[in-house]
Amino acid sequence: MNALFAIIRRDLLLVMRRKSEVLTALFFFVVVTSLFPLGIGADAALLRKIAPGVLWVAALLSTLLGLHRMFAADYQDGSLEQLALSPQPMALLVAGKIIAHWIVCGLPLVLLAPIIGIQFDLDASSLYVLMGTLLLGTPVLSLLGSIGAALTLGVRGGSVLLSLLILPLYIPVLIFGAGAVYANNVGLDASGYFSMLGALLILALAFVPWVSSAAIKIAIE
Amino acid sequence: MTVDTSASSSKTPLMLEARALTCMRGERQLFQDLNLTVSLGDCLHVRGENGVGKTSLLRLLTGLSKPDSGEVFWNGLSIAKESSDYHRGLLFLGHRDALKEDLTALENLQLYAALDDIPLPDDKALAALWRFGLRGREYLPVNCLSAGQKRRVLMSRMLTRQAKLWILDEPFNALDIHAVQALQGLITEHLEQGGLVVLTSHQEVSLPHVRVLNL
Repeated sequence: MNALFAIIRRDLLLVMRRKSEVLTALFFFVVVTSLFPLGIGADAALLRKIAPGVLWVAALLSTLLGLHRMFAADYQDGSLEQLALSPQPMALLVAGKIIAHWIVCGLPLVLLAPIIGIQFDLDASSLYVLMGTLLLGTPVLSLLGSIGAALTLGVRGGSVLLSLLILPLYIPVLIFGAGAVYANNVGLDASGYFSMLGALLILALAFVPWVSSAAIKIAIE
Repeated sequence: MTVDTSASSSKTPLMLEARALTCMRGERQLFQDLNLTVSLGDCLHVRGENGVGKTSLLRLLTGLSKPDSGEVFWNGLSIAKESSDYHRGLLFLGHRDALKEDLTALENLQLYAALDDIPLPDDKALAALWRFGLRGREYLPVNCLSAGQKRRVLMSRMLTRQAKLWILDEPFNALDIHAVQALQGLITEHLEQGGLVVLTSHQEVSLPHVRVLNL
């Protein structure tokens, strides 16, 4: 367990030393979501209607921007070999890296979402639902993304391939995440959507660290 | 239970053994039916021309890659099956330095200690860095250090890692005369304490109990 915290601390420390890489993904999210209200104009009803989809698609894309960094630097400088040779189970270390990635790329989106949501004229209850879905959904994005990041290690033009591999896998999260906000908007019960997101999260937590560490072991062989 | 393990470990002292290793790279066969044993206090020097398979052999011995046939044993147990136990006693240094450029030398040492599950107090880590001439550079990010100084950080890691088996790929690269002597001293010390070393080098090395394997 100490190793899990050590790897999270290490990755967060590395991000703190090189902030620009992370901030670009966050600014991307803010700018893209702000362009829609500016482009569409002050049609409040339309904005409310498109808000869930726009916010969720922007969240997917901004997560995607930071994904290739998850293992690539460690792969290039040989740290990944050292992690594979440490006495800790590889899946635990990979889980630590995924958690660190979520803290840096996922959690800020959850915190920014309500501020962005105001631009789309969302009411308070919709903002809460939006935050809730992002809180459950963004860890799934980081988890699934880690599979793609591990599979494309050492591949030339890997980041484009990564998008093609991973975006289709994000579709269920997008449907249930945006669906919950939309349902709440029109006065329907959103709890079913939350259950599905929670189920996706549990499923991903149970399998992804092992799948990603297997992919990494193939990459460094 | 305890009696049983100590009895079995006294029967098979620390030993690295490879049986009938075969390594293919694409269509080319690098080596086949390679047998080797390294026992307590021994140093194996793997030599050969460029591209003959020295690094591939070392990576097979660490378990990072799997042999096409044959097996590697540590204390009589296959490393493919008992990998976490094997990795606890193993230190591998490859071509790449595996140091995080944005972190300081001290942070790199401490983070590896945490990942390897070794207690490493600050004063011990600093003493290790000072021993290899990095006094005054402990708190500099590693990207401010020269190639030779980075190797010195790795030597500090060798000192603090407390591993029984060292597998070193070209450890003398980029080192000046003093550092080469310091590294030879460090390896000699390790061998005298009952450690095992497997290394590749194109230079002549003056170490005790060296056996040479020509690939």
